[in-house]
Amino acid sequence: MIGKTVDLNAVTLSRDDFEFSFDTHVAAGTIAAVIGPSGAGKSTLLDLIAGFETPREGRLFIGETDVTNDDPSDRPVTMVFQENNLFSHLDVATNICLGIRPRITADPADRARVAEALERVGLAGFESRMPGSLSGGERQRVAIARALVRRRPVLLLDEPFAALGPRLRRDMLLLVRELQVETGMTVLIVTHQPDEAAAIADSIVFLDKGRIVATGPSEGFFRRGDIEGLADYLGQGEK
Amino acid sequence: MIERRRIKANIGAGLFVLCAMAAVIGAAVVALLTTAVGAADDGSPLFTSYIWKVTRFTLLQAFLSTLLSVAFAIPLARALARRQAFIGRSWLIRLLAVPIGLPPIVAALGLIEIWGRQGIFNSVLLAAGLEQPVSIYGLTGILLAHVFFNLPLSARLLLAQLERVPPEQWRNAAQIGLDPWTVFRLIEWPFIRSHLAPVCGLVFMLCVTSFTLVLLLGGGPGATTIEVAIYQALRFDFDPQRAVILALLQLGLTSLLLILLTWLGGAPEEGATIGHRVRRHPGKSPAAVAADFGLIGIAALFLVSPLVSIAVAGLLADFGRLLGEPIVWRAVTTSLLIAVVAALLSVSMAMTLVRARHAALPLAPRHGWARGFRAAAAAASSLVLLVPPIVLGAGWFVLLRGHVDVFAIAPLIVVAVNALMALPFVIRVLEPAHTTHMARTARLTASLGISGLNRLVLVDWPGLRRAFLLATAFAMALSLGDLGAIALFGSQDVVTLPYLLLQRMGSYRTNDAAGLALLLGLVCLVLMVIADRGRVSSGAQL
Repeated sequence: MIGKTVDLNAVTLSRDDFEFSFDTHVAAGTIAAVIGPSGAGKSTLLDLIAGFETPREGRLFIGETDVTNDDPSDRPVTMVFQENNLFSHLDVATNICLGIRPRITADPADRARVAEALERVGLAGFESRMPGSLSGGERQRVAIARALVRRRPVLLLDEPFAALGPRLRRDMLLLVRELQVETGMTVLIVTHQPDEAAAIADSIVFLDKGRIVATGPSEGFFRRGDIEGLADYLGQGEK
Repeated sequence: MIERRRIKANIGAGLFVLCAMAAVIGAAVVALLTTAVGAADDGSPLFTSYIWKVTRFTLLQAFLSTLLSVAFAIPLARALARRQAFIGRSWLIRLLAVPIGLPPIVAALGLIEIWGRQGIFNSVLLAAGLEQPVSIYGLTGILLAHVFFNLPLSARLLLAQLERVPPEQWRNAAQIGLDPWTVFRLIEWPFIRSHLAPVCGLVFMLCVTSFTLVLLLGGGPGATTIEVAIYQALRFDFDPQRAVILALLQLGLTSLLLILLTWLGGAPEEGATIGHRVRRHPGKSPAAVAADFGLIGIAALFLVSPLVSIAVAGLLADFGRLLGEPIVWRAVTTSLLIAVVAALLSVSMAMTLVRARHAALPLAPRHGWARGFRAAAAAASSLVLLVPPIVLGAGWFVLLRGHVDVFAIAPLIVVAVNALMALPFVIRVLEPAHTTHMARTARLTASLGISGLNRLVLVDWPGLRRAFLLATAFAMALSLGDLGAIALFGSQDVVTLPYLLLQRMGSYRTNDAAGLALLLGLVCLVLMVIADRGRVSSGAQL
């Protein structure tokens, strides 16, 4: 699996009388951290890329392909949500198998891939557990295991670790980094912890009031003085 | 593109159900209207005075029933809210839900056992030296029965409201040492008041459209409501003209009430707070305790006594002989068949409408037609309330009369009427469950590309099974206990349990009636318990 670029060309959308307009480029095989105040449109941006929202204008490219009008399941994208990533009435193995083929029946060969993916996220032997018996961190690991077996070039993470404690959150981010290096996929991660994001991300996408204000390498991004609204967001307004 | 096709298919199916409903209800109304046009000039003074009398009585009994039910419900709800910890409280609150699921004909029988001429109440009065037994038939009986049904309903709704009071307010009240009257004025009344109008509206509507209780407990033309008068006009006096005028009158009345009810803030919702324990600090003086528990005790006795008498009288019935009668078995089979088909029809219609409403949701911000469709689908379920079973039945009766044998197609009509009748309640169960289910799974299934049969088996059935079974049980209980449609269309060939029960009561075979009532009551109660269990545990899961 190799990552693909994500390009939004003058994509606009209105929701509840609020205008969004996005224009950005995320390089293939990198991690981009999406940050910004609440309501800035971070989740909307990911929803657009995943296909849960359709743009009013503009085009969306993943790699060389225009996916603007494709169904979510047809896009080369996997999205991990903040919660409800698993079907609570199905066991861990079945939940992951659905990533390989969305059918009732699973192939015996799939079992091996499921076991491998579970081992990769540190949950070896969890096949027959039910989601209800897992902790929040374990459930998100299962969701990431499913993302692994799906082998889609782009992984979208919408604040997937927001509900976890600092230690767990760091472990999960490191896991994402490891997996990204291994697979070479492109990762977009929405987060509320800019410092943590900077630690694993190659680039930062900063959003404010429904538009992308700045995109740049994470190195030194937060010290830049030329980005409107950034200091305010970081709480460094009155220095 | 699959996604877009699915949305279109869902909305199309919803549109089809809406049109079918409009056709069934519309045909009945049009039939009533066209027949009425021919009858308009037949306005003899005698006829007018009869109509006027029946209308007046309908409104009077509904007004008094509402007044009595709510007036007793307020102190009962207060006492129950005050006393949070006594043995049997949760059972008592569950008991408040029983009348909703009890077929009216069964309840009426139980009430007669207690309050009737040979009932316990009169025996006590006669022993105390009264010369003439008090008669249950007439206005007294109707009020008694309506209070039996609506007092617990109102108490439940008001109790839910009282349990919404923030616990700090109770603590403050106890700390300052407010007396009960001040607590009522300052805390309880403001919370109850906002719900009082909708509760009164709902009870009034239920009493205006009540058929079975008035049929059984009303007496003669002096105590007849519009619905019973329609039934009498069609089944006994063979006077379709009169039935049509009455049906239109009832239609106008329910429309007016429905508008009023919407204006008052819609039908009251029962919060999920029932059973939730708040720490209250009620008065500990013997007088306060005695007053509260005295009230709770009397209410419990009033509610339990008819139920016990149904059980006792039913057990004394000669079940061996009763179950040996082929007609009993035919009634049981017919009732169950009609109930199952009506329930499945109702649930399918509801599910189609709910899915269509949901499918149109993302289109609503941009397209006016999607907003209109969602509103129409929501309104359709309440419009069903506008046309009570008897009115709908009367419409189809005059429409089909002369073209086909109306009694031969009775099962079809009864199924349709029962399915429509249950629809608003079924939607109320299914819609929240579906919304939660979609919130949990819609994006996930879309991103994984699970569709069609795979989606049904893997995701939708496991997620919605509980709500589906619950709605089916509820609709079946409603259909099993219904006497409205079958009263118009029943015959020797098509007999349901309530209809057979009515016949046995009419021919004074009290023993048989008691046995059948127990049978019917038990089946409905079991279905309602299933439904209630599902409601509570599915609520706890969220």
